[in-house]
Amino acid sequence: MNTARASLPRAFAAHAVLIGYTLIALFPVFVVVINAFKDRRAIFSDPLALPGPESFSLIGFETVTNQGDFLLYFQNSLIVTVASLFCVLLFGAMAAFALSEYRFKGNPLMALYLALGIMIPIRLGTVAILQIMVATGLVNTHTALILVYTAQGLPLAIFILSEFMRTVSADLKNAGRVDGLSEYRIFFTLVLPLVRPAMATVAVFTMIPIWNDLWFPLILAPAEATKTVTLGAQVFIGQFVTNWNAVLAALTLAIIPVLVLYLIFSRQLIRGITSGAVK
Amino acid sequence: MAASAPTEHKPARRWHIVVFLAPAVLVYTAIMIIPLFSTLFQSLFNTVDGERAFVGLGNFITLFFDPRWAQSFWNALANNFWFFVIHMIVQNPIGVLLAAILSNPNLRLRGFYRTAIFIPTILSFVIVGFVWKLILSPLWGIAPNMLDAIGLRSLFSPWLGQEGAALTTLALVSVWQFVGIPMMLIYAALLSIPDEVIEAAEIDGVTGAKQFFKIQLPLILPTIGIISILTFVGNFNAFDLIYVSQGAQAGPNGSTDILGTLLYRTFFGFQLQQGDPNMGSAIATMMFLIILVGVSIYLFGIQTRLRRYQF
Repeated sequence: MNTARASLPRAFAAHAVLIGYTLIALFPVFVVVINAFKDRRAIFSDPLALPGPESFSLIGFETVTNQGDFLLYFQNSLIVTVASLFCVLLFGAMAAFALSEYRFKGNPLMALYLALGIMIPIRLGTVAILQIMVATGLVNTHTALILVYTAQGLPLAIFILSEFMRTVSADLKNAGRVDGLSEYRIFFTLVLPLVRPAMATVAVFTMIPIWNDLWFPLILAPAEATKTVTLGAQVFIGQFVTNWNAVLAALTLAIIPVLVLYLIFSRQLIRGITSGAVK
Repeated sequence: MAASAPTEHKPARRWHIVVFLAPAVLVYTAIMIIPLFSTLFQSLFNTVDGERAFVGLGNFITLFFDPRWAQSFWNALANNFWFFVIHMIVQNPIGVLLAAILSNPNLRLRGFYRTAIFIPTILSFVIVGFVWKLILSPLWGIAPNMLDAIGLRSLFSPWLGQEGAALTTLALVSVWQFVGIPMMLIYAALLSIPDEVIEAAEIDGVTGAKQFFKIQLPLILPTIGIISILTFVGNFNAFDLIYVSQGAQAGPNGSTDILGTLLYRTFFGFQLQQGDPNMGSAIATMMFLIILVGVSIYLFGIQTRLRRYQF
């Protein structure tokens, strides 16, 4: 084992590199968050200092919450993300079950067809997607975004979930069949609970790009009532380029939810990547 | 029940397969596949005197050779290649290095480092773009003051505002954001190398950096291939970071324009230029072809030649 050889200087060097890179990774986030809680003068005079009793101020957050519709934007993002996620997971798991469980003509072809979308970005079809949404009157609705994100998330979800469903024991499913369970009951009551960890991994992978997307909200739902946080923050920060307190507060408000979400799910995400993504 | 017996011998119509597949196939086909092909198809048309007319490859000829279009198209394409090159030569080596260090089983605080280095990846481009714009802005002075602290103040210049430096700076910001992905995937690949292989190397006296380059690196080459093609697809589809930090015009003076921002401007128009869905489709088609060629080269040229090791 190389464990015996790991000498002290080498461990030291390893930590030095990792700490160095961690500082580079976190520094920008840190600077923005600490300065969001300072008054204007302190932001400029000593940008790297922590907010102290003299420099502490919530003026930026007051400006942002009084003038913006941040709460509405959060609500829109939440509706779109949760609904898309639900559709991706349900439809994805159903299709993955059909592909991994049944032998039928065209099964490999269907799997290939559904996997195409992993490599080809949905954004390239934007011109026609907008025309479809205009024709069906779905522009500026949550439905438009939910449909697009569902289509975007399905290929990878089906690919990962069908890999996992192949590992579910056939004896279990056959026992269910002998007991007279329908195929639907077998899927919902036997298979789905067993692939829950894989579902969680897929959920995290699907959720982050949906929550952060700017392109489709900008094109399909730019109205005030349907703006998502990402689009809202973009427009909002643009309005306040000269109000530094408000810019920093708006950035902090946009960072915190995704950071909290990540810290909750990070273990699952890391486990998912290290167990399933590279085969 | 005798009547039902023969039907069991016929191949039963298994409707549940259709029910299981239908929702995914319908949404995917309607929102992804059909729009994609319809966009490719639309690139063959144009509006002539208010009428929709078939122009064959006319839009592409305009895009490649008409002085009004060709200059921005080739500029965006060249910039996009540079954006990709920076990712390949900076992001992936850093990812490999961090993963190699992290994969040491004796390392303490691995979980902390992994999580911290991955955090920028989950932030949206809007946040990343603005944060770096603030930090690099000469107004706020964080970057100049920090360089001052290590005596390198003279090196500072407003990189995002200079034609020569802006694109490289943004590519490096993008590298900063996404280095967590290659790191994680390579880390996972390194963990999947069985202990016996490493032990055998130790017994043969192959250790340290030599062990990494002779034993581990060849074993993770397929993962590096996957990361490269993901980087390629992501870079040729990029838009958000440039749009957020430099606007739809991709300034200064078009020096940060890539295919994604060109597509956005062409499709929607900006300032005095009218939006043009057909030319937009032509640009989307070019992006599609470039990505297709890249993916094909990877699948048929590289992946088949990489030896896969079975453990």
